[in-house]
Amino acid sequence: MNIWIAIGATALGCYAVKLAGLLVPAGALERPLVRRLAALLPVALLAALTAQQAFADGHALVLDARAAGLAAAALALVLRAPFLVVVAAAVVVTAGVRALGG
Amino acid sequence: MRSDGVGRPDAAVVRDALGVGIAVGLSGFAFGVTSAGSGLTLPQTCALSLLVFTGASQFALVGALAAGGNPLTAAAGAFFLGVRNAFYGLRLSQTLALPRAVRPFAAQWIIDETTAVSLAQPTRRNARLGFTVTGLSLYVLWNLTTLLGALGAEALGDTDAWGLDAAGPAVFLALLAPMLRTTTERAVAGLAVVLGLGLLPVLPAGVPVLVAALAAPAVLCLQGLRRRGAAGDDPQEEVR
Repeated sequence: MNIWIAIGATALGCYAVKLAGLLVPAGALERPLVRRLAALLPVALLAALTAQQAFADGHALVLDARAAGLAAAALALVLRAPFLVVVAAAVVVTAGVRALGG
Repeated sequence: MRSDGVGRPDAAVVRDALGVGIAVGLSGFAFGVTSAGSGLTLPQTCALSLLVFTGASQFALVGALAAGGNPLTAAAGAFFLGVRNAFYGLRLSQTLALPRAVRPFAAQWIIDETTAVSLAQPTRRNARLGFTVTGLSLYVLWNLTTLLGALGAEALGDTDAWGLDAAGPAVFLALLAPMLRTTTERAVAGLAVVLGLGLLPVLPAGVPVLVAALAAPAVLCLQGLRRRGAAGDDPQEEVR
């Protein structure tokens, strides 16, 4: 039930902001500071999420096979690999390190 | 934006739009696998792709739920990631000039990819075609591959053994990398990582990500102060 509440809230919220952009008069959100903040907000969230999902286990910080997978993804990004290749590199390397007992 | 004039041939716009729609639409597979691996049921996973339809928010939500976060805290993180779509909508409302009655339906397709394709077009006709073809192909494929990914994950059993728990962070890194263009963005990312990891042991699940979001206003504030400080130190400024 909790999960459905989260899905409902996310769906409503995400649809509302999409629609708001189409409906509000142009200029309402065009202040430079608001634009800067809107551009930087995803940077902060994505960076924190990347770190947490790679190095957290519940409330503990851990260094496990996922770190190797993330490093592989970073290398693939530096080499300008397509999106799916980046994700595949992380998955394959993580599985490989785990199989070797990492 | 020219509303008439010489645009690109329809076929060229459709080809570009399909290229983006198909490449990104296939990534729904990664979402389906991650969501099922995080413990969401098949209907829950599919509902997210059908109703939320903005990838980063979907990945963030299932990650926060898997970490044991409160549902509303998890939804808040996903929501803040979706706020950028409001700014895309603002740009697109001028570019596409949609009739009011169509806007509630077009809104669901306002995401990174449709915005990028539409804004790259020289005329309104091209932009509308690019938006429609990218939106339709991406929506259909994203939902189809979400279903396949979730089914595939259920067939695999223990998704962690296959390294599929690394898909989430890799997706976030791939979305983040092109945004790290200047020192400001890198400072925000660095501070967010420190806050997100540092507060993890002491705050309830899902909350550290929300606190890490404050890295954005914090860095902007510091920049503003430094600029003001630099202006005050400028001797020419004192003479005036």
